[in-house]
This record gives sequence, C-alpha cells and structure tokens, in this order.
Amino acid sequence: MEIVEEANKEAVRRILMGDPVLVDVVPASEALLGLGPKTILHAGPPIAVQNMCGPMRGAISGIAVFEGWADDLADAERKVEAGTFVFHPNHHFDAVGPMTGMTTGSQPVMVVENRAFGNRAYCTINEGLGKVMRFGGNDGEVLERLRWLRDSFGPAFGRALRHMGGLPLKGIVARGLTMGDEMHQRNVGCSSLTLRAVAPAFASTAENNEELSAALTFIGGNDQFFLNIAMAMGKAIMDPIRNIEGSSIVTAMSRNGTEFGIMVSGTGDRWFTAPVEMPGGLYFPGFTEADANPDMGDSTIVETVGLGGFAMAAAPAVAGFVGAGTAAEAAVTTHAMGEIVYADNPEWTIPALDYRGVPTGIDIRYVVETGVVPTINTGIAHKEPGVGQVGAGVVKAPMACFEQAVRALADQLDLA
Amino acid sequence: MSVIVNKVRKGFFLDSVALMRISRMVAGCSAVEEAALMMGTSANKEIMSAAGLLNEVGEAAAGGDLVLGVRAKEYEAASAALEVATEFLAGPQTASDVGTIWRPKSLRTGSSLLKDANLALISVPGDFAAAEARKALMCGLNVMVFSDNVAIEEERALKEEARARGLLLMGPDCGTAIIAGVPLGFANEVPRGDIAILGASGTGMQEISSLIARSGKGISHGIGVGGRDLSSDVGAISTFAALDLLDADDSTRHIVVVSKPPSTDVSQLLLKRVSKSKKEFTLCLLGEKSVDVPGNALLVDTLKAAAVSASGDSNLLSWDPAAVAKPLGARRNGVLGLFSGGTLAAEAQYILMAAGETVASNAQIPGTLALGAAGDVHAIIDLGSDEFTRGRPHPMIDPMVRDMQLREALGGDRVGIILLDIVIGHGAHADPASPVVEAIKAAETEHPLVIASVTGTDNDPQSSSAQEAKLAAAGVLVAPSNADAVGLALACLRSVG
Repeated sequence: MEIVEEANKEAVRRILMGDPVLVDVVPASEALLGLGPKTILHAGPPIAVQNMCGPMRGAISGIAVFEGWADDLADAERKVEAGTFVFHPNHHFDAVGPMTGMTTGSQPVMVVENRAFGNRAYCTINEGLGKVMRFGGNDGEVLERLRWLRDSFGPAFGRALRHMGGLPLKGIVARGLTMGDEMHQRNVGCSSLTLRAVAPAFASTAENNEELSAALTFIGGNDQFFLNIAMAMGKAIMDPIRNIEGSSIVTAMSRNGTEFGIMVSGTGDRWFTAPVEMPGGLYFPGFTEADANPDMGDSTIVETVGLGGFAMAAAPAVAGFVGAGTAAEAAVTTHAMGEIVYADNPEWTIPALDYRGVPTGIDIRYVVETGVVPTINTGIAHKEPGVGQVGAGVVKAPMACFEQAVRALADQLDLA
Repeated sequence: MSVIVNKVRKGFFLDSVALMRISRMVAGCSAVEEAALMMGTSANKEIMSAAGLLNEVGEAAAGGDLVLGVRAKEYEAASAALEVATEFLAGPQTASDVGTIWRPKSLRTGSSLLKDANLALISVPGDFAAAEARKALMCGLNVMVFSDNVAIEEERALKEEARARGLLLMGPDCGTAIIAGVPLGFANEVPRGDIAILGASGTGMQEISSLIARSGKGISHGIGVGGRDLSSDVGAISTFAALDLLDADDSTRHIVVVSKPPSTDVSQLLLKRVSKSKKEFTLCLLGEKSVDVPGNALLVDTLKAAAVSASGDSNLLSWDPAAVAKPLGARRNGVLGLFSGGTLAAEAQYILMAAGETVASNAQIPGTLALGAAGDVHAIIDLGSDEFTRGRPHPMIDPMVRDMQLREALGGDRVGIILLDIVIGHGAHADPASPVVEAIKAAETEHPLVIASVTGTDNDPQSSSAQEAKLAAAGVLVAPSNADAVGLALACLRSVG
C-alpha cells in the first residue's frame, strides 16, 4: 500500500503543478501525430462500427461529407459499412472531443500546452448550441458552420492566440468558479473572460472587419465556448499523470455512447469499460427520455480534473437537473465527490463552500470503498442520427469500471 | 384543434435549468399538450418552433427576453397554464435547503473533518469489520470493534497493527465500553470514579459497573478487549495495551479485570504484568480455581465479589436470600436460566456448580455439562450465543427472543425456578421487564417461581428501580445482583429439599 500512497502523492503533485496555456489553433492533420488518411477520431474508448450509437453514426456521416470523403450522407453511410474509414478514440491521439467527439484532419483544433511538462492536448472548437455535430447533427447548416470554423474562425483564433503569446487557463478557471461556472454545463463566466482576454488580439490580427465581427459575435453568442478549451486543458493536465507505477488515480473518463471507459495512472493505457448509463435530466420541448441516447463524450475529462459534477457547488443551477435542485444539494454533490479523491485543489476554490478547493485526483480505491461513483454533468443527444441535442442532465459513472481497475492494479502490484 | 399561446417577458433572465424545471411543471398542467419557457435566442426559438410552441408573439422576442409558450386543447387551459408559469417565475415555491445535509461515507473523510477524534466505533457485518478497523487504525484512531464474526487470525493481525501504531483496539465482539465517562455500545449510566474495568466480557462489565455505581462509587474507564483476547492465539495484546494506558492514567486507582479463565500461558503473562503495576487489582476470572496472584491483586469468583472488592462496600453483601426464599411447588425441582448476558449465564453456572448442583448449558464453563446431557440437571441457556442470534437481534435488544421459551417453561410442570437477567442501559431494549410480566400474566396461576435481577442503574433510561418494581408487582422475586439471584434460587431449592 505504501507504493500506492507514494505514487498517488506524486500524481496529485503533478496535477496541481500543471500550467495549461491555450497557445494556438491549427488543423488536426498538423497537430495530431500519426493521424492517417480517412481517419475519424471519436469520443470514448475504442468501439466497433456496428456497436456505435445513432448520434455517433450520424456525426460520422456528416464529418465524412465535410472532409470530402463522401458525396452525401447516404454515400457516407455506405462507405462506413464498406469499411472505408479508420476509427480511433481521440484519447489515443492526445485529443478529446465533446459528445460524439468527431476529430478529422482538416478540422481546426485548439492547442493547450501544459508548460510545466511541455506536453500538448487538442480539442476541436465548440460549435455552439442547437443542431451541432457533437450531438449527432449532420445537415447543411451543421457542415456550413464547420467550414466557417475551418476557413475563417480557426485561423483567426490561432493568429490571435499566437499574437498574445497564449492564454493561461488556470486563472480563468479559478475566476469562472467564482462566477457560477463548473466548466461542463456552465461556461458563461469563462467564455466571457476568454472573450475579454482575446478580443484585443483578435482586433490586432484580423484580416478584415467582417471576419473580426463574426468571430467576436460567435464567441459572445456561445455560452459553451469555453467547454472545449476546458476539455483540452483537462487532457493537458492529466496526461503527465499517466504511467506512474502503483498510482490508483484516474487519468481519463470517457464515453462513446455505448460504453463508459476509464484509464488509471498505474495501469497505463488500458481501458476499463462498462455499459454507459442513461442521464437523468430535463428535456427540450417536444422531447422525452424516450428520445435520449445514453451518456456520451470525452468531456468527462473535465470531471477528471475536479470540475464539472465535482465542482457542482460552484454552479447550483446545474443541480436543478435532478432531485429538488437546491443549492444545498449542489454542495452535497461536491462534498460527496470529496470522498473519492486524493486532494482538494487549493487554486480552484468554491466561494459557497468557504473556498474549499475542488475535489481532485479520483482514486479508484475510494470509489470502490465508498460506493460513491463520479457525478457527471452532461448534455443529452437524440438517439437517432442527425437530430442533435434534446436535453441535459446528470449521470453517474458505472461502478464496474472502477472495480475492474482496482483488480487490475492489485494484480499488477501482486496485492490480489 | 390545438391553440398556441405565447407571452414575452422583456429583459427577464432566468437560468436555463431553472426554466426547464418550470417548463416541465407547466407542461404537466391539465389539458396542456406541451409547454416551454426559454430565453428568446434564435437557437431557442428554433427549438420552440419545432415543438409547435411559437407564434408571432414569441417570434418577436429578442435574446434577452423570456418567451413563455404553451400549446393546449383550448385557449382557457393555455391561459391557466401561463398563469401557473407566472407564479413559478415570481419566486421559489418551496423553501430551499429542506434539511439537505451531507454526511461523510468513509472513516477517512470523517476523521479529516473531526480532527480531534481519536476513537472509531466499528459496527458493520463481521465480513467487513476487519477492513474498516484497519482503515481506522490507518487514520490514527483507536478502535472499538462492536462487530462479531471476525476471524481470529484477523483479530490478531489487527491487534498487532494497533500495537505497532501505539493504538488500542477493543474487540472484536466488544459490546461494552465506557471511555472517560462516555458509554459506548451496551453500557450503563454510571458515575465517574477511580475504578477501571478491563473486560473480555460485555455483561460482566455492565454488572460490575452497575453494582459499583449502586455502592456510590464510580468508573474511570471501562475497556472491552473482546472475548478471545486472553486466548493463546491472540496473546492478550489488547489487555496489555489497555493496562499500559490505565497504568499511566492518574484518574484510575483500582483496576478490575473480568474474563473467562485465560489459557495457562496467557494467565502467567497477565499475572506477571499485573505484578509490575502500581495500581490495585481485582481479578475476576470466572471459573478460575486457583492461581497465585501478586500482592497488589485479589482473586474473586463472582461479578458481585469483584464489585465489593473494588468498591470496598460490604453493604453489597448484606442482602439475605433466605429471608426472601419461597418453597417450590410439588414435582417442580429444576432451575431453568434464560439469560441474555453471556457472562451473567457463566456466573450463574459457576455459583450453582460451586454449591454442588449439576448444571448443563449451551455455553459451558469448565465443569458443566452440555445441554441435553442425561440426568436431572439445571439448565442455563445463553440466548445471546450464535445459535439464537444468527439473523436475529440480540435478546438485549429484543427480549422477545426468549419469550417463547419463557412461556413454555411457565406453562410446564417440571421446571421449579425460572432464572432471568434483565439487562438495561444504553443500547438495550426500552422496557425488557414488560414481556416477562406479560408472559407471567398469561400463565396459569400455578407456575414456576420466577427469579430475576436487573443489571443497570437508576440513571439508565429504563431505570433499574422502575424495572424491579414492575417485576416485583408481577410476583417475580427480585434480587439486587445476578449472583444474589442465583443464591436466591439455591435457597428456594434447598427450602424444599
């Protein structure tokens, strides 16, 4: 047990010393090493095409058309069946993607560099709300927005970030927590702070006023703009924690709409998976839980660094998705997550909890011991391809992942 | 034909989750087909339009305006639903924070919140008790393991771990402790004083501490070590740890050690350890015939004698059973003891045997027969032993456990005396005398003698004198201690024979 304690101490030390900075926006083909031709990265652990859920299939068809690998959605479907495309999890390419998590070569990805360790992590740009690819949307409007992000916004954002020498993220998150964000379902504060920080650099580097206006309007009109930045940040912070011998700290949690998977420091790149659960939540008018797809996305990297459901007390509104929805319940959620982590983060604190730090470093031993599983704040996609988001809610990580991981780590350490 | 009604609140913002909650409630109003409250952004208006909730009123709303949309069978229902929505928007419908309090789920979190805590009480099913006890030790806590069914190898390992960490582990199967005046588990309200009790037995500690309290003296600490601590397998690890603590404790003058007879090797170690102490000792090793005890110790053979020795109060000896004894009815001669306390049952066996009677028990002490052995004998039954408590509450918690046997004995014609213990105090049943009284009321007038004693004090929630009065009113012969109750049974037997 001594080795586990020491390893976890080291893991949490590395998490807390992480220094994530948003430095650039570049095409995925330039950033993601080893990304082959006709390769589509998706959210969650690895999954065979025939097991993919509806929204994932819808998004794949859409992104294939976007990349010019298929003439239309029907052609894309045929090519998926014919095995034309190669699929890999984002996590295997230092990347993360929300919901369906589509990442392909020509999409622009935001680059977050962890300056304490020199590693980089990547995430696509948040498309906004409504009908969007991350929720399985794939029509002309969705693809048109992706083209604009690729051709106009992405390059402009990259120029702005390079011009200003990068945007340090830790302080933005710290302030966002005091403004009611938990960085998964609530990003209004951080998105606004980001806009405030990058607007001058955008103005200095814009090629014309139309481009500048469209870019600033896009950020200003997207309450979830910061989510994808927070995800790349989470990934950049957690990757240096991988492969610490004996450590029982979770390095990634992720879902592909069919299975939930976790990775643990001491067991390296191995996925521990279990069937994903159905979120409890609230639905947009015209939709019910009968329309909902099970839990999906790499966005749980946010919970993995102590935000999202773990920081629920900072964003009491989010607690309204389940139960009585009181601020007291939001506080209870954060305290409960405190039972399954190794430390509190002194740099990311929650005013309403008398500046308690967000619970950080999920320890699989504590999850199994207490029976308390991570609480995850999430969006809900329609189960059919092409529809999009139908609601939002809260979901639990399946205990089976953590049980498998504890056994595997014990085997590895000859403790079984 | 449905009707869509929209209303726009200019410049009214509410968080989308709050709006979704209100939407769900408004959609539940009678005759309403669908309803939504959303801020009037274009994305939201698209959603409302797709759901058939938007007309030209809502269409005109801006991003900073709230749109209320209802679709209903007729206009009246839609208007009524809009009224409901307006009420919800006026403010919270229920008080926030309806007793939502977080309680830690793990010892680790609990001890980090209560930094001054230095003791954990473990009461979980036996299969999990050792793991929890180990976690408590790792948190730097002394441990009382209330749980039973912990393997003896685990017990020894835990006690070695505790010793290595300089901590005390009480139990497993430690039912009773009184630490610095705080009763834990099954314990009685006794005054604080300078007598410590170190016991491998719960009801033994309860009986001695209650009798000491009746003599006007008090208890510094009561430390339970578990029934197997003085076995060779465990080697008295916790007993020695407790003796170290009590030796160093200025509030303790006299130490009572109460236990079943230890194994010979452990007995020698214990006596050697006692001889090194500067305190006075009373050793009550029930059934231990003869050992040479050091000069600072007195060996006694009953719980009552231990209380007399420790308190120095000979008034406890003044009660005369002969003055209370009654003859038995015709054909009645056997004593049937129905005990909830294991040590009280052992003391009863010992006293009967010492008086030359033949005794059988399901919880034998050296020299007594197994229950069901041939011969016309007295039977002492420990209803707290495993065969009676598996999957059922302990008789100290639920006295109905002995009700069936009590009623059967009261209705039979062989048993001459029914001997009972009534154990009260924290953790015990709120009124254990009553089921006895009810059983007697239900019995024939010609029933066996019933003799009982109450283990506990007047300060206990049940009050010993109130329990005694209740029993006496039903014709029970009430003795001031368990030993006296057995003495009274003997006196009754002899008055016939």
